[in-house]
Amino acid sequence: MKGSSPTPLLKVNNIEVIYDHVILVLKGVSLEVPEGGIVALLGANGAGKSTTLKAISNLLRVERGEVTKGTIEFAGERIERKDAAAVVQRGVVQVMEGRRVFEHLTVEENLLTGAYSRRDGRSVKQDLDRVYSYFPKLAARRSIKAGYVSGGEQQMLAIGRGFMARPRLMLLDEPSMGLAPMLVREIFDIVARLNREEKVAILLAEQNAAGALRLVQYGYVMESGRVVLDGEASKLRDNEDVKEFYLGLTGVGQRKSYRDVKHYRRRKRWLS
Amino acid sequence: MSGDLLFGVELAVSGLLVGVMYSLVALGFVLIFKSSGIFNFAQGAMTLFAALALVGFLPRLGMGVSILAVLAVMVALAFAVERVVLRPLVARPPLALFMATIGLGFFLEGLAQAIWGTQPKGLDIGIPDTPYVVGGLLLSRLDLAGAAAAGVLVLGLIVFFQKTTLGLGLRAVSDDHEAALSVGIPLGRAWAVTWAIAGVVAVVAGVLWGSRLGVQFSLSLVALKALPVLIIGGIESIPGAILAGLIVGAAERLAGGFIDPLVGGGVKDFSPYLLAMIFLIFRPYGLFGREIIERV
Repeated sequence: MKGSSPTPLLKVNNIEVIYDHVILVLKGVSLEVPEGGIVALLGANGAGKSTTLKAISNLLRVERGEVTKGTIEFAGERIERKDAAAVVQRGVVQVMEGRRVFEHLTVEENLLTGAYSRRDGRSVKQDLDRVYSYFPKLAARRSIKAGYVSGGEQQMLAIGRGFMARPRLMLLDEPSMGLAPMLVREIFDIVARLNREEKVAILLAEQNAAGALRLVQYGYVMESGRVVLDGEASKLRDNEDVKEFYLGLTGVGQRKSYRDVKHYRRRKRWLS
Repeated sequence: MSGDLLFGVELAVSGLLVGVMYSLVALGFVLIFKSSGIFNFAQGAMTLFAALALVGFLPRLGMGVSILAVLAVMVALAFAVERVVLRPLVARPPLALFMATIGLGFFLEGLAQAIWGTQPKGLDIGIPDTPYVVGGLLLSRLDLAGAAAAGVLVLGLIVFFQKTTLGLGLRAVSDDHEAALSVGIPLGRAWAVTWAIAGVVAVVAGVLWGSRLGVQFSLSLVALKALPVLIIGGIESIPGAILAGLIVGAAERLAGGFIDPLVGGGVKDFSPYLLAMIFLIFRPYGLFGREIIERV
């Protein structure tokens, strides 16, 4: 949020990411997440949303990616050179795209791995109960191998596992992917509650712009490795470009009529 | 007939006891494959290295201190391997890592022999090689001690992996190492710890095999015996390595005792590999190989 609070919790400043020393994936991305805020990162496939999240959590290194320019500050500290475990210890946890639960561990063991970097045994137990209260479905399945629970439950497990690290900032990568609309709403609701009740700041990367913009306060739109547009969620919802390209609407609240598509194609203004 | 039966039982029991020692070598492979997906070609060399180091320390330090010293050396070696070999190769194709372990194997064999010499040496661990007689069966004390040591080690490993936080972290790493990284499990340290455990296993295997065969270069070839064990048990399963080791040991002895006299010998040596081929055809994941969970 440009110029809102004095020091945001997370400040990504003009970063450039290169994979394998040659492939330029992010070309100067800047964004901010305020303490306790909830912010969306929107964009199509391949826009650079996941890479941006991985640059923050530094999961890039195992994919041979590297932040070559720019800075990432978390709570005032530069973290772009810290390794992934150190970033988690400082309070940033990424919930990766595609759920990525440990399939051969039980649901409860999965949750406990989330607390791996913590040394406070008693409150881990309390947090486990808290996760079960947010996700009652997981409680019923605690001793089942995570590979055998449903897709929605795996997504809940992935979020719950991230929460077990007691982060100040959670990076959620496409939590709606491959899930039924009802489940998506359930998961978005719980994300909103974690943000509100547990004061966890959220940076949510989503292709489902309509759902995400209902949830967040502020949004950034990415395309081809750049942030092309940002603003309050309500403003983005009303923006003609966002409506056309991400929400599938033309007039205010109107569904797009495909009869018109042939005659009228809106140009993306940010490209001109 | 009852003579035959007694002979058979004796063969089977001694086979099982030797089998435990095969399991031990296989275990080193399983641990590293589980946690990092690498087939560690250097496991045999690590066994040789551990045994040579022990023989090298013995005259000066005595048995107890020597074993501790060798354990320390193997742990240090594991951390060095993680730093020098594994870390630069992160996110490279598995074949690159496999090749690196081949290189590491030759390096360790060479280094061990450069430091402690190439002469075969005896290793006396203070257990006389006279058999116990139990109900008409002859049981080698050395085999019994080996089986007991292996059993304790395996129990310890199971408790470690199932009951401790570090063990949980290592199991998570073996499932999905990127996801493990995302929840804050330090990958480098997890790999180093795994290699250290494999190093400890190599020490136990080196002591037991060294006391039986003498400490010499061929000790690193004992690793070849682990291959059928891995195929039969499943390359990712600790219980699989144990059970398959027993099967291989017993099959080898029984084939040697009953089939070899009929065909003029040789079956003993290839029977484990024959068994492994049968498993590859009918059960390629082995007895306890990791089930591939597919949700539809």
